[in-house]
Amino acid sequence: MKVLIYELKEAFLIALRAVRANKVRTILTTLGIVIGVASVVLMSTAIKGIDNSFEQGISSMGADVLYLDKWEWFSNTEWWKIRKRPNISMAEVEQFQQLSKLSAAVAPTLWSMETVKYQENSIENVFLCGTTAEYLETKNFTFENGRFFNEIESRGSRYVCVLGFEIAEGLFPRGNAVGKTVKISGLDFRVVGVLAKQGSFMLGSFNPDKRVFLPIGCIFKHYINSNVRSITIEIKAPNTGMVADVKEESIGIMRKIRGLKVGEDNNFSVNQQEGLQQNYNQTVGVIQIAGYLITGLSLFVGAIGIMNIMFVSVRERTKEIGIRKAIGAKRRTILSQFILESSMICLIGGFIGFIIAVLLSMLVNQWLPTSVQYDSVVVAIVISLLTGVFAGLAPAYQAAKLDPVEALRYE
Amino acid sequence: MNIINIEHIAKIYSVGNQEVQALRDVSLQINKNEYVAIMGPSGSGKSTLMNMLGCLDTPTHGKYEFKGQSVSEMSDNELAIIRNKEIGFVFQTFNLLARSDALHNVELPLIYAGITGHERKERARKALEEVGLGDRSHHKPNELSGGQRQRVAIARALVTRPAIILADEPTGNLDSKTGEEIMALFNEIHEMGNTVILVTHEEYIAQHAKRVIRIKDGLIESDEEIENRTLPKVKVNLT
Repeated sequence: MKVLIYELKEAFLIALRAVRANKVRTILTTLGIVIGVASVVLMSTAIKGIDNSFEQGISSMGADVLYLDKWEWFSNTEWWKIRKRPNISMAEVEQFQQLSKLSAAVAPTLWSMETVKYQENSIENVFLCGTTAEYLETKNFTFENGRFFNEIESRGSRYVCVLGFEIAEGLFPRGNAVGKTVKISGLDFRVVGVLAKQGSFMLGSFNPDKRVFLPIGCIFKHYINSNVRSITIEIKAPNTGMVADVKEESIGIMRKIRGLKVGEDNNFSVNQQEGLQQNYNQTVGVIQIAGYLITGLSLFVGAIGIMNIMFVSVRERTKEIGIRKAIGAKRRTILSQFILESSMICLIGGFIGFIIAVLLSMLVNQWLPTSVQYDSVVVAIVISLLTGVFAGLAPAYQAAKLDPVEALRYE
Repeated sequence: MNIINIEHIAKIYSVGNQEVQALRDVSLQINKNEYVAIMGPSGSGKSTLMNMLGCLDTPTHGKYEFKGQSVSEMSDNELAIIRNKEIGFVFQTFNLLARSDALHNVELPLIYAGITGHERKERARKALEEVGLGDRSHHKPNELSGGQRQRVAIARALVTRPAIILADEPTGNLDSKTGEEIMALFNEIHEMGNTVILVTHEEYIAQHAKRVIRIKDGLIESDEEIENRTLPKVKVNLT
């Protein structure tokens, strides 16, 4: 053990001398690994970032919330068959609310795209979401300011609204939106609350930050008719363990309301965030694998570069190897010297690459969510070490098995 | 005492599909504290014999015993250990590591011998002082003259206190005056009790030794004592 440590230490020092003696070459070779490690680390931070924001977004949808909808989120059924289904009407919602016993909260939602204005600030294509006061109970919303509209306001279809964080930020750059009156496609609405930032990159317009909430009656009255677009009923189970039961009950209730006979297919769907998760894992999983493969390829190219240089280096230093062997270097001493040399080059490259990746991901984070995992330091080190050993193995073996007589004669 | 005992060794190389008999049938013994010159024209097999003596190569046939151990059957690793501990090489072209300073060059065999830290530095420094280069220890080979380089190589050969010093044309790349100095150094090394084997093709260099073995066509032509050996005209003081 002691001998091994000694030999490794000496081989390390010898390798260090060699690395320092060939500075320019070392720098150029390292570049390949720098780029390789940087791209792998960058890819992993991007993937992690997207994952995180998706997790965040999906948790804001709630694992215990069911979405009773005309549409099925992920289905193989032809869309034109689904299109023929009847829209869910407000009357059905009211019946449903009365019949549902297991659910903790039931809230209808209906959306419309409108322009929202405050003084000279205006945002187009805002996702307007009409709902009831109970909606708050199906979500884990927290508020930046103010509150959600209450039961009286929602039943009376009062002209009040709650702004998503980004909408409030856009309309009221100086803050303090509560109490102000905004114009939604020409009509005045009083802001009663602003949501705290929910932060979700993946969900797009589903992102509550980009939405405006108002009593569902106002949507009917001014923006859209339930004949045109179906209502979605959000049903919250009392806990995640109850989700299956609530789903069962909801299907039963809806079949009863619709008067479906035994054997007839449901003409509605009960959707769950779980489906979204599965769908995400499928599509993004493929992208992730492709991403790692492509960036892994750049690392591989870097490794080939190192291997190439190591072969050249062994050839160039044939005489040196001969001298070392003549004065007593064993095969394994030569082997470890060259493997350590390539590992060292890779390690330096890996370290620089990691730093570049961290800096770049900070920059990229302005547009895309990235998340630097500090355990990826370890990943970067391990990857670059393995690359070094891999790249150094064949050249080092070639050096180790050189015949000392031949090597000494080499000019 | 018998350090080297060679009996009927032969070395056959295959070059392409042709076999070349570099050594046919060579037997010789070298004792402790001998000063032997091996002579022969190029192609005589003297280089092959030197590689054999230096444990850089093993014979195709025959027996080679180094201090009673059979070299013919040794593995690469065992040969490396013998070279490291028992043999000090001095080459015609010096064969120093160009990028390392004199001290590191001399340290190198000690590194492979597993000697550490302070002791290693001290022994290397002392060996350099012995060859008169105590003040040049941090010079790189290209900052030294030919004679100085050969002295560094000699210090490197001496530093492990080997059983034999094996010098292959040590003056071949030096002018005659410097060559003379190097020969004086070998004389001193011999007088300190070391066994020196000198491989050369120059008669006047061989005359510095006490015994000369002449090789021709892979066979020993003659093996005799030198009666009026040349004593060095210059004096070097080994400390």
